[in-house]
Amino acid sequence: MAEPRVMDIKDQPGFRSIAIICLLVLYIPVLILMIFSLNSGSLVTHWEGVTLKWYGSAFLNQEFHSAAKNTLIISVTATIVSTICATLAAIGMTRVKPWRGLAAAFMVINLPLMVPEIITAVATLSFFALIAGTLGLNFGIGNLILAHTVFCIPFAYMPIRARLEDMDLTLEYAAADLYATPWNAFKRITLPLLVPGIMSGAALAFIVSFDDFTITQLVAGPGQTTLPLYIWNQIRRPMTPEINAISTILLLVSILFVSVSFLIARRRAK
Amino acid sequence: MTTAALSSAPLSKAALFEAQAVKTSARRNRLLSLPALIIIGIFGVLPLVIICVYSFLVAAPYGGVQWQFSTDAYLNFLFQRDIFDDTLQFTPDFLIIYLRSFLFAVVTTIICLLLGFPTAYFMATRPPAQRNWWVLLITIPFWSNLLVRTLAIMFIIRDEGLINNALLALGVIDRPITMLYTNFAIQLGLLYAFLPFMVLPLYSSLEKLDFRLVEAAYDLYATRRQVLWRVIIPLSKPGIIAGCLLVFIPALGAYVTPLILGGGVHLMIGDLIAQQFGSGRNWPLGCAQALILMAAVLVALYFYVRNTSGKVQHG
Repeated sequence: MAEPRVMDIKDQPGFRSIAIICLLVLYIPVLILMIFSLNSGSLVTHWEGVTLKWYGSAFLNQEFHSAAKNTLIISVTATIVSTICATLAAIGMTRVKPWRGLAAAFMVINLPLMVPEIITAVATLSFFALIAGTLGLNFGIGNLILAHTVFCIPFAYMPIRARLEDMDLTLEYAAADLYATPWNAFKRITLPLLVPGIMSGAALAFIVSFDDFTITQLVAGPGQTTLPLYIWNQIRRPMTPEINAISTILLLVSILFVSVSFLIARRRAK
Repeated sequence: MTTAALSSAPLSKAALFEAQAVKTSARRNRLLSLPALIIIGIFGVLPLVIICVYSFLVAAPYGGVQWQFSTDAYLNFLFQRDIFDDTLQFTPDFLIIYLRSFLFAVVTTIICLLLGFPTAYFMATRPPAQRNWWVLLITIPFWSNLLVRTLAIMFIIRDEGLINNALLALGVIDRPITMLYTNFAIQLGLLYAFLPFMVLPLYSSLEKLDFRLVEAAYDLYATRRQVLWRVIIPLSKPGIIAGCLLVFIPALGAYVTPLILGGGVHLMIGDLIAQQFGSGRNWPLGCAQALILMAAVLVALYFYVRNTSGKVQHG
């Protein structure tokens, strides 16, 4: 350190240590939670040896099964519906002459991102209570699917729109020049180029739906327990490392989908 | 790269759209946004209208509302009606919870900024290959389950948690320090939850920083500190504002964090609202509280728009 060297203009003293501390702070609690899911003792806090039995007991647990099933039904349906809507909307809002109300439409799409989750939650609860009370309509688990679709749309929309805006328009222009019909130009040029954006958007929509707790907790009816709700119910009882095992599974699903979405987006950049 | 450069040079994007719109029927494309707009309109916007209406109704005894106009929900926010002589008495209970939440959100935003800025700057000055790894490492907690991450904090700070066990084993303390279900726990949980929300927008702003300006400042005999405060920070202002907003808004409406780490003793706005729809059985009051929170968020967004619009962002 004492040896004189060329000053790096980008350096700021102490920033490296803060960055490393931030990373450690973000990861250590989660890593500890994951490590304790392998603890063979039945207490959540005392380490007694390595085992996978908590994963085994989670997989054999009937409540876990039905929660996992509900979660998958809701998040897969919400992901598919929201990704289709978001893709159409992204095309309708970038591949057009600017139309009146475009700014308003953009705000509506992004509204779920700006409203705090707890407000969306009680508003959705009130809405479904109202239509159940006055029209006698109750979609069962469909209530949750609809609620999830709403907040999944903006998450799916962002990467798709970004991709459409980055795309080289001359290709579509050339296709039109060569007498491709609008539909053919879309199918043969735009859509193939858009696929990475759609996949990335779908991955994000899936994660936010899969992980949602606040809105699900308030809107869910009896028998509509999802995995995050199941974890919440477990927290209030004496805990066993099974809760760590289930939490670890949830984290791993998030990590998988984030990484996939991230890698797809990276490849586009190169 | 070359084709992109060519395309943007002679023909502007708008002109291309114009040309395309003539050749194809691109005008009709706008209808494609309808499904998304209808779904969000019915299941996202309409519910907000409904809670506006509900906030002016009377609570039904077992949850829900009675269709009868009343401004009690808003009055109850600040006053309590005396049962005997029907006078209104100032009761600041809810106001205190709002101020507490505001304070929590402000402290969270400041500390996240103090930790997040150096982190984002450090990330942005790494070589590109390393940079990607850093971004991925910050992105993972950004998208990870908040409930599980909060649970992880709970495991660490409990009476029999890791910190207390370690301190006991080392003989620093002889009985566990109570950290769970305190204000400290909530503050820690909020910081942990929202730190990535600060780092990512700061990073995307700092990544575009033109270091020739930094070099110029050094050439003009600026010190490191001057470069940081007079060049780097002013240039990354859009990122700082975006990051602060992305932390402040969800922190103000936080629900999961105080629910788990505050143990129902130390409430924040989010729990207060949820309570009216649960054990409180006062939906109109809950709706009014939600709308007051929404108003606070809109004020924050207004400052954001006022601070960012009208300025040309380079890049």
